[in-house]
Amino acid sequence: MAAEPEVIRGIGHSVKRKEDDRFIRGKGNYIDDIKLPGMLHMAILRSPFAHAKINGVDVSKAQGVPGVVAVVTGDLMAQHNLAWMPTLSGDTQAVLATDKVRFQGQEVAAVIADDPYVAKDALELIDVDYEPLDVVVTPQRALEPGAPLIRDEKEGQSDNHIYHWESGDKEATDKAFAEADTVVALDTHYPRSHPSPVETCGCVADVDAATGQTTIYMTSQAPHAIRTVFALVAGLPEENIRIFSPDIGGGFGNKVPVYPGYVVATAASLLLGHPVKWIEERTENLISTGFARDFHMHGEMALKRDGTMLGLRVSLLADEGAFHADAQPSKFKVGLFHIVTGSYDLPAAHVEADGAYTNKAPGGVAYRCSFRVTEASYLIERLVQNAAYELGMDPSELRLKNFIKPEQFPYISATGFEYDSGDYHGAMNLALEKVGYQDLLKEQEAARAEGKLIGIGLASFTEVVGAGPHKDYDILGLKMNDGAELRIHPTGKAILKISSQTQGQGHETTFAQIVAEELGIQPEDIKVQHGDTDNTPYGLGTYASRSTPTVGAATAMVARRVREKAIKLAAHLLEVSEDDVEYDKGRFFVKGAPDQVKTIQDVAFAAYTNFPDGMESGLEGVYYYDPPNLTFPFGTYAVVVEVDAETGEWKVRRVVAVDDCGVRINPMIVEGQIHGGLAEGFAIAAMEQITFDESGNCIGSTFLDYLIPTAWETPRFETFETVTPSPHHPIGAKGVGESATVGSPAAFVNAVIDALQPLGVKNIDMPLTSARVWEAIQAAQGGA
Amino acid sequence: MKVTVKVNGVERTADVESRLLLVHLIREVLGLTGTHIGCDTTHCGACTVLLDGTPVKSCTMFGVQADGREITTVEGLATNGQLDAVQEAFKEEHGLQCGFCTPAMMLVGASLLERNPDPTEDDVRWAISGNICRCTGYMNIVKAIQTAARAKAAASEPASV
Repeated sequence: MAAEPEVIRGIGHSVKRKEDDRFIRGKGNYIDDIKLPGMLHMAILRSPFAHAKINGVDVSKAQGVPGVVAVVTGDLMAQHNLAWMPTLSGDTQAVLATDKVRFQGQEVAAVIADDPYVAKDALELIDVDYEPLDVVVTPQRALEPGAPLIRDEKEGQSDNHIYHWESGDKEATDKAFAEADTVVALDTHYPRSHPSPVETCGCVADVDAATGQTTIYMTSQAPHAIRTVFALVAGLPEENIRIFSPDIGGGFGNKVPVYPGYVVATAASLLLGHPVKWIEERTENLISTGFARDFHMHGEMALKRDGTMLGLRVSLLADEGAFHADAQPSKFKVGLFHIVTGSYDLPAAHVEADGAYTNKAPGGVAYRCSFRVTEASYLIERLVQNAAYELGMDPSELRLKNFIKPEQFPYISATGFEYDSGDYHGAMNLALEKVGYQDLLKEQEAARAEGKLIGIGLASFTEVVGAGPHKDYDILGLKMNDGAELRIHPTGKAILKISSQTQGQGHETTFAQIVAEELGIQPEDIKVQHGDTDNTPYGLGTYASRSTPTVGAATAMVARRVREKAIKLAAHLLEVSEDDVEYDKGRFFVKGAPDQVKTIQDVAFAAYTNFPDGMESGLEGVYYYDPPNLTFPFGTYAVVVEVDAETGEWKVRRVVAVDDCGVRINPMIVEGQIHGGLAEGFAIAAMEQITFDESGNCIGSTFLDYLIPTAWETPRFETFETVTPSPHHPIGAKGVGESATVGSPAAFVNAVIDALQPLGVKNIDMPLTSARVWEAIQAAQGGA
Repeated sequence: MKVTVKVNGVERTADVESRLLLVHLIREVLGLTGTHIGCDTTHCGACTVLLDGTPVKSCTMFGVQADGREITTVEGLATNGQLDAVQEAFKEEHGLQCGFCTPAMMLVGASLLERNPDPTEDDVRWAISGNICRCTGYMNIVKAIQTAARAKAAASEPASV
């Protein structure tokens, strides 16, 4: 009797992670672990003022400190035409300030020394002559006539307005509102938050003066795009630039942009002929690198009396900080915010957005979200709940009534997205069942009778990820396509080289599983290489939940390309025509004679030892994937809270999360991604916020002030799934890294607002601190 | 200043500046880079090591203050190449993602299990509340430490006859 073939641990298996073996031994290789011979250390002097003219920078004392090798100023960078650099949004950003500083924490000078402590000592001795200017800390003030001009160096810039952008059909939307029985409106600020990976940003730049070879070890989520940017900015030949992203201690969007420190360290290495290391302190990370959100939003929904949604109108004002540095596709000024119609069959919608410069740090990165879908999802889910209250309907009923129906997919939204697939009713019904919705409503009613405040918050999000199709999606002109290269070795083991870089998502395991599924090589026999631009195919990087939709697809497609040749080799070995060979889970067999079989290992060996005349040897391929569409993960989150009306304190009792991200490659990893996203969603709803005082001082410059929940504050999560495959993705997967951060903040806030319904509270802006909740209760009750 | 510490069972002596932080002594002088730095202000806990068995944040101590003390870092968790139950459990339960907070989390977990071999979920959550993780939402970290507790208990039970 033939032995049962070994189960191939491909798609759907919770394979333990390959990367863990080094991490649990403390043998990860993070940026600060990299040491090169002769390496120098860089520290950056930052502006204490939010807006000030620079009359002079005196570095003489700093230069005299023993151990200091060089002090770099904006003037020195300007001599090399490097005082300014382009941002990912096509604006410019100062590398080291020359004329004035435009936010607190802006880079002014850098010290290079043989010891990091000495470099920091010397910073203290740099004397900058600042002349403070009036400060603008809100976008509203920025757009007032007579507001101080922040970008006075920019040709043609006469005010602080950056862009106006619209989407949807204004006329159709106006008509829908004219026909409405009810209009519900909400004004809310999605506060400025910060991704704050536990590892800060940093680099080690190593320029070989003799050969021009420039190797930059960098905490980068997008090493290939960064290489091209460096080539364009510095005029370096691209073949001489190698970006190497080592193990990355979390990214969440924070490690997508090019930061001034990278440019200065590289220039310093070039000028000094030594490798230069720069590692951010936490305060530097919080006050100067990519923030997220900071949208002031106004939304209005038009409905019929029976709850039918007719139209949606949104206007928003984006606080972009001193330089417009949003990391997003160039065609869309506020990212994919126009997905704001969410999960609903909304026939008409119109979105208007304006961006303004302020004296705050630049960034606008997506903090664990795909290009502003988080703000969009939050607004619509808050509006829907308020609409339900207005109409006297249950919020779940209003949603179920207006969801896009399964048979409507593919569905073209009012702002032009083609939703690939979905079963929103299925996800909602499962969430309601799991949380015990009907019983909770009864409990809530009984509690209210006793003066206790229990709230049930729902959010049914639709994400939009996997950017994207080359027609519409590029960053600085670079199309958002990604590649995978696969080589099968003679012994049947393989190496997969991918364009995207992991920051904890488990690519070394899941991408191997995709190959396992397609070719039958076990995941532990497939080495996954990433992060090294010299040794991986080109691609735009890991953010916006795009790795699985783009690189995952490229991986499946390259494996299929390799399989085509494998079938030819199998036919040769089996002495039949290739049309007579079938493949199933690692076995190549003769049609109708399944006992005549060759394994992928047999075939791989033959590719180098016994291939037919006229065939190239070897078994490998490369594939660049251009997604035909975006993918649209979705789900429903249900949160139950208890609020103490006396103190404003709220406690999370339950978090039920139903996620549908299509086919799950590694269910264990998917669930881990959802846990992390829920925790960050809770963090944003409850406590994380970067604020500024009137002078533009950043309040939130350490973890003492920028509050991140620990295990003690973070609620427990109950996770469930439905599976609606993406019809256009080769393995039906949609991406999941950010769904929970996108969907959950509205669920937490809706729960608190729901608890406060008896008191008439309609809105509290995040973060929902006890003080804010208490103030809202007082205001609703007409108190002081 | 001269400082002598016993790190992971091995005595090491170094001549360092008195202002050198313990975390830099461990990472830069002793070359043990499994201990990480995340915040500089004692909040994130990525630099946690065990000092005479007790978790301390090594960014908030000078190296010279550790003179004569015993330090355990993540590199010292395994014994003779055999992983500690906590290390095994972190992999088994998917208690890590980017891996940056992991060494400290495992040390805190191991230290907890020394004091409390059968911790409740709340015991674990309280014990690790000085350590920030941005990836996992803590669910699987808690689970991993409890799994390790069970594994240790099972291993210490006398073999049934």
